[in-house]
Amino acid sequence: MKTISASKIKEKVSDLCIKANLFLPLDVLKLLKNARRRETSQSARSALDAIITNAAVARRQKLAICQDTGLPVVFLELGQDLRIRGSLKQAIYQGVESGYRRGYLRESVVTDPVSRGKPVYRGAVIHTEIVKGNRLKITLMPKGFGCENKSQLVMLSPTAGVNQIKEFIVGAVRKAGADACPPYIIGVGIGGTADYACLLAKIALLGRRTRSSRLEKELLKGINRLKIGPMGMGGKTTALTVVVESAPTHIAGLPVAVNISCHALRRASTVL
Amino acid sequence: MRKLQLSRKVCGGLNAGERLKLSGVIYTARDQAHCRLAKAIRAGRKTPIDLREKIIYYCGPAKAPKGRVIGSCGPTTSSRMDEFTPLLLKAGILGMIGKGGRSPGVVRAIKRNKGIYFLTFAGCGALLAKYVRSATPVAYKDLGPEAIYRLEVRDFPLIVGVDSKGKRII
Repeated sequence: MKTISASKIKEKVSDLCIKANLFLPLDVLKLLKNARRRETSQSARSALDAIITNAAVARRQKLAICQDTGLPVVFLELGQDLRIRGSLKQAIYQGVESGYRRGYLRESVVTDPVSRGKPVYRGAVIHTEIVKGNRLKITLMPKGFGCENKSQLVMLSPTAGVNQIKEFIVGAVRKAGADACPPYIIGVGIGGTADYACLLAKIALLGRRTRSSRLEKELLKGINRLKIGPMGMGGKTTALTVVVESAPTHIAGLPVAVNISCHALRRASTVL
Repeated sequence: MRKLQLSRKVCGGLNAGERLKLSGVIYTARDQAHCRLAKAIRAGRKTPIDLREKIIYYCGPAKAPKGRVIGSCGPTTSSRMDEFTPLLLKAGILGMIGKGGRSPGVVRAIKRNKGIYFLTFAGCGALLAKYVRSATPVAYKDLGPEAIYRLEVRDFPLIVGVDSKGKRII
């Protein structure tokens, strides 16, 4: 059986924190550049130019793309034939702390959500999926809270139908307005339970799929009709893309969750 | 594009949608700092900085890497400060810099106090860092990135979001 040490995982997570926060993923950059080509209004163009330049400045000068270096969300795809020596959970927490410190990132986390206190480098949300094989894939997504705050969940009636689903999703973006750094990437989770729909909406932001479904295309059109535009300056691009993940659900319900990402959708992966 | 040092008189002449570059001093303050400032004002206590004629920047900067004055330093969502802003405007601040829209109550308070609300490039903290010449924590240092920092800025890019007449573009 293949074995990897917790210390190796810590090291990799530490590197991922820096990589994710400094280097905008190429798929996101491509979406931004395509949007720039489509926009005709001067203010939308200049907003997108600033966003694209910002990514280059961050990369070149080793600065965080955004000062909100987020609450790190860690997705693990853990091979069932892999053995880990030491504590996986501790390795991730320690890796996050070390990476955020080394990368001069921001202390954006309070350990007690009620009493708050001084922000620290600790803390991460970890989602684990057991998969075939003997490898461990780690994906780290630093999620800023300007956009996380605009997340929404609704438990629709099972007879609601697709129009009500669309209305809810477009409505969530309308409510977010320009607050969450448009143009957005919209993650949607449909089905499962309340908690699982929310997780699916987050997973949708991972960029695992490249082809858009009919529903996704229609949602993108509906959202872009809101004309919020880059940085709220108006224009064609309120969202760059919409991704819907779905799962079986109960005959009595229809959970729908929306997770909005700002234009700085940051993530980095590694396979061990 | 106009290059400006701000005063209430200058701000009174600016119109929503206008772009400018700000050189001068601004102060960061976000959620917890607002909470504390509001408590102090309501209790009739002195605030740790003189708020009169100040520009408040809704920002919690990232750590400054070695050899730099500041890390990434873009704006945070302004609407979370809406509940405190009318009070701060009444206490004498000149205006705010942030991202996103404001509540009708804030727009009314801006008009009443002849204040101003600026937008800056949202989600562009690395780009904005180059317009900051110095950053010094001056109050509530126990809050880390949420402390109040005095920033000296040069040519900091702004767009008038809500002008002193209450006209808005957002």
